[in-house]
Amino acid sequence: MTKPIATGQTILVVGGGISGMTAALEAAECGRQVVLVEREPALGGRTGRLYRYFPKMCHPTCGLEINLRRLKGNPNVQVLTMAEVVGIEGRRGDYRARIRIRPRYVNERCTACGDCARAVDAEVPNAHNYGLDRVRGVYLPHPMAYPQRYVIDPSLVGSADAGKAKAACRYDAIDLDMREETIELHIGAVVWATGWKPYDATLIHPYGYGRFPNVVTSVEFERLADPAGPTAGRLLRPSDGREAKDIAFIQCAGSRDENHLRHCSRICCMASLKQTRYVREAWGDDAKSTIYYIDLRVIDRFEDFYQSVRKDPAVRFVKSKPARIAQDAATGNPVIHGVDTEGYHRYAATHDLVVLAIGMEPEANGLALPDDVVRDSSGFIEGSADGGQIGAGSSASPLDVNRSVQSATAAALRAIKVIHQTAAAES
Amino acid sequence: MGATSTETNMADPNATALARYRNDFLKEVEERVEEGPWVKMCMQCGVCAGSCPFGPHWEHSPQKIFMMIRAGKRDEVLRSDSMWMCTSCYNCVVRCPRQLPITQIMHGLATYAHRLGLAPKLQPTRDFSLQFWDNCTRTGRVNELKLTMGVYFKDGLAAGIRKGWEMRRVALGLLKSGRLNPFELFGGHRCKDQKGVAAMLKKAREIEEQRKRAPG
Repeated sequence: MTKPIATGQTILVVGGGISGMTAALEAAECGRQVVLVEREPALGGRTGRLYRYFPKMCHPTCGLEINLRRLKGNPNVQVLTMAEVVGIEGRRGDYRARIRIRPRYVNERCTACGDCARAVDAEVPNAHNYGLDRVRGVYLPHPMAYPQRYVIDPSLVGSADAGKAKAACRYDAIDLDMREETIELHIGAVVWATGWKPYDATLIHPYGYGRFPNVVTSVEFERLADPAGPTAGRLLRPSDGREAKDIAFIQCAGSRDENHLRHCSRICCMASLKQTRYVREAWGDDAKSTIYYIDLRVIDRFEDFYQSVRKDPAVRFVKSKPARIAQDAATGNPVIHGVDTEGYHRYAATHDLVVLAIGMEPEANGLALPDDVVRDSSGFIEGSADGGQIGAGSSASPLDVNRSVQSATAAALRAIKVIHQTAAAES
Repeated sequence: MGATSTETNMADPNATALARYRNDFLKEVEERVEEGPWVKMCMQCGVCAGSCPFGPHWEHSPQKIFMMIRAGKRDEVLRSDSMWMCTSCYNCVVRCPRQLPITQIMHGLATYAHRLGLAPKLQPTRDFSLQFWDNCTRTGRVNELKLTMGVYFKDGLAAGIRKGWEMRRVALGLLKSGRLNPFELFGGHRCKDQKGVAAMLKKAREIEEQRKRAPG
């Protein structure tokens, strides 16, 4: 394996989701040296957790596979997983970045055979499925994980399970003595591709998320629809495992709200329209979707998709931001209360399941970034004033996958420009 | 007032043609109603209407009132009894995604309608507010017995007696615990510096009149 190329001409990409992978690859394919840092044990980020993309309804594994293939074939990118940037000092063209790497307890000899996982009993929440189910304490993050290597959950280290896993490994790939380490890199430009996180739905008290099991978020619903998800792709509701055929989608759950996220998250309208297709595909003519909205923001060329969903008799549109959700004690059905804007009719509508089209919050909110990184009023990263640090994808603005890729490509070009100018100054 | 300025411009053919599209009432509300400039910020999501505990009992929810203002329905808004139904629970205010001070706007509209003489005369909240004001400014103290009697007998003698009979147990309890003095009916207690209170109220009224006369 190549050593990290730690010169002022290296580009540091923070975050290994679709934006970070794109920015890293675009720069690397232009011949630049790139270090790609990912906090989780595998690349893919939130994109890897989607069931399908809009508008073509293709599976993200496809896009990820293409990118992973590019990545495997490119010697200019060094990938560091389970790694976090803990400090960046310096200026455009001349940064010192400190990166903390957590122990995986599994080394590169791992063949992903899975013997270690079968040997242990302990279970941990499955991060890939947003904690909707549990996995063994020694696990492969997801089937397409890159690097294709198992991880030992830190809670197992020191327990009998860790010893069992080590004993089960035929390749001597388990190293329980791994320690957390911090490395320092000399880099020229930083691309922040830290992405987004779903807004904490428990903070939207009137909607009862966290109190009512049949109120879920849109990202959780993606996992429910995915055959690799906790319900093997069947739309079953969490309270009693019953089939969820009558599903409500509540738009602007957290977004466009001065009490929560003040920005429009842009993707949620399309995400819900897309998810009505999941319901339609699962139950055919028995499917019932209801979209509660303030106004639908189906941006530009997605109008066709919107019109096709409008034509579906299984989908009903209610122009209203619901005031609150209650739960029917006997059935566990969520009941949505509100007043619609087209006629001001008061309603109390019972559904099997409510999906909150949850807003996008910058993942970096709450994290300390370098002082010269400018963020907007919602926390999205605009970059540093000197141009040496650049925001990309959904860390810079609420964007869908397609636009994230565009944004990341643009960020790669800006980073290359910084390196180019630095190199010119040095020679 | 907005309406009159439109009428005087009617001679101008352009003004005549555009009159239908001018929203004088929204401007009027913005200029003359407390927190009125917030009305245009409403995005018609409906959370206030759905969150109001009295919602099912009003004709016009805040959401509807704001839309009516923007649609220029001056008479219907100012004659509505809905803003008088607001109990100031502030549920709408804390939930409004645009943080409109809805409670304050509702009270502002009620006050404005009252000043113009358009508020519904028999609306109980309005009637009580007037009685309360009259009662406490007369002596500088609220005479609870007189206030209660006033409210009980507002719909006539028979209704008043019936209401009094219904509440007799409460009244007796209050009497026994020394919380109700029947002699309050004859004059009652008053504040020490009654002239001072009267002078203060007079001054306040002058300032208010002045403010109302000022160009809006």
